[in-house]
Amino acid sequence: MQNVIEAQGIGKSYGAVKAVRKLDFQVKPGECFGLLGPNGAGKTTAVRMTHCFIRPTRGSLYVLGCDVLSEPRKIKAGIGVCPQENNLDPDLNVWDNLRVFARYFDITGREVEKRCEDLLHFIGLFPKRKASVEELSGGMKRRLMMIRSLLNKPKLLILDEPTTGLDPQARHQIWETITQVKTQGTSVLLTTHYMEEAQHLCDRLLIMDQGRVIKEGRPKDLIAQNTARHVVEISGADSSVADLLRELRLSFEKSATHYYVFTESGMDTYQALASRFGEEKCLLRMANLEDVFLKVTGRNLRE
Amino acid sequence: MRRFGVLTNLSWRCLRVWQRNFDVYKATWKVNFIPPLLEPILYLFAFGIGMGGLIHDVIYAQAPVSYLKFLAPGLVAAAVMNHGFFETTYASFVRMYFQKTFDAILSTPLMLEDVIFGELLWGATKAFMASVIMFLVVAALGLISMPSGLWILPLAFLAGMAFSGLGMCFTAVVKNIEMFNFPVFLFITPMFLLSGVFFPLDTLPAWAQRSAFVFPLTYLVSASRALAFGRPHPGLAGDVLVLALIAGASCYGSILLMKKRLEK
Repeated sequence: MQNVIEAQGIGKSYGAVKAVRKLDFQVKPGECFGLLGPNGAGKTTAVRMTHCFIRPTRGSLYVLGCDVLSEPRKIKAGIGVCPQENNLDPDLNVWDNLRVFARYFDITGREVEKRCEDLLHFIGLFPKRKASVEELSGGMKRRLMMIRSLLNKPKLLILDEPTTGLDPQARHQIWETITQVKTQGTSVLLTTHYMEEAQHLCDRLLIMDQGRVIKEGRPKDLIAQNTARHVVEISGADSSVADLLRELRLSFEKSATHYYVFTESGMDTYQALASRFGEEKCLLRMANLEDVFLKVTGRNLRE
Repeated sequence: MRRFGVLTNLSWRCLRVWQRNFDVYKATWKVNFIPPLLEPILYLFAFGIGMGGLIHDVIYAQAPVSYLKFLAPGLVAAAVMNHGFFETTYASFVRMYFQKTFDAILSTPLMLEDVIFGELLWGATKAFMASVIMFLVVAALGLISMPSGLWILPLAFLAGMAFSGLGMCFTAVVKNIEMFNFPVFLFITPMFLLSGVFFPLDTLPAWAQRSAFVFPLTYLVSASRALAFGRPHPGLAGDVLVLALIAGASCYGSILLMKKRLEK
């Protein structure tokens, strides 16, 4: 089966500014693929190219087997898009938001009623169908955006930061929806700033920075290849900690308030450090995607 | 090459945008209905009865006619201009810039050309609906000759396309919504006052008469008045042709300008 997204050397320049330099990636059928990176890395630009919102200035990009430059209409009919910014129609109520949006896809009549009803029940917004979208909470708006992007039963769902700014309940509901959609065979392209989310949802992911790929792989492999098994965090530490860590020949990273010690034998290291600095200051945990992310993109603030 | 893509990317799907705007209009139809209904009554009262008391007859096509009869088709024409122009300036700008409605539609099978042309058709429809309401009021007062006066209505749609197209050209270039004050005060207001709505243009000095012909409204007023009096003059075909040309050029141009603004 052909790839759902086939991006080869795609780039986007605005004059001299290169938002995306050179990006290669493939999304396979039924897979959830993540695009990660700090602000300004070019994630949104990359995503917008795949849903034909902006045209790549370099490379070749095929979505659902169609060229984004020559067959955007066909691509857009087969995908669902949930952009970073909600763009629900404030002039229409909840129900009409779905009905009118489905009509852009030529889904009308009985079919649309059934579909809207099912989807609204699915996210628990059916009782609110007559409400103005302005009355909805942030989480409800996001869920409505999400089901709106499912109206045309897309083969590929594109989600740009679907859970940013949501409470844990709403976030988990969005995750469940994504998982459910995936089991129905829909492929997903996702961007996020939450490493936990990426680790939880993505089969494969790509970390990009400054418009190019830094790392690509399965979350588990990326963690295994780029960091140690365990991390001991030491808080409220002064520079004497660094001296000791060097003495113990431990690999570590320093932030303004914490030391992060990477180790293959977490228990031993933890016991050694806790006995020295006190248990309340030390924390042992498994290494995660965030460690990889910070390691490969650096701890400096962006923008 | 892409310059001529306007026509290849335009499809019947633009009607989906028209439908969306019509749905919103229906939901608030009472609010939308009242201004075009009150407007002619207010103008007819102020100008026709108030000022008309000072003016007796006006010379139109070498014959004296009552000022109210002279004014009525001009007011219908002015409503077409206002409703067409305001819909594709303020209203379209709000949908495009604040509500991100265009962005949402662009993630469906519609292309930018469909969205803009749908908005233009809708602007012309708003102008047409306003003209119908005003037409009914002035016709009920016996100020329009029938049946030739009925031709004013299809003409209103054509002119509505022209004014919507002109409005959309401005929408494609303004940076913020306050900037619409420029076209309104420098273009719409002088056009409203100096296109022969309120007085025959031949009372103006020759240079002012000539400059009135840069205003699209001049052609619409002239054509509407000829139809309202049931006296189609030889210039009527010319007026309609000019309006059609302005409509075609401004709609085409506005789509090009919008592509330049929104396609990245």
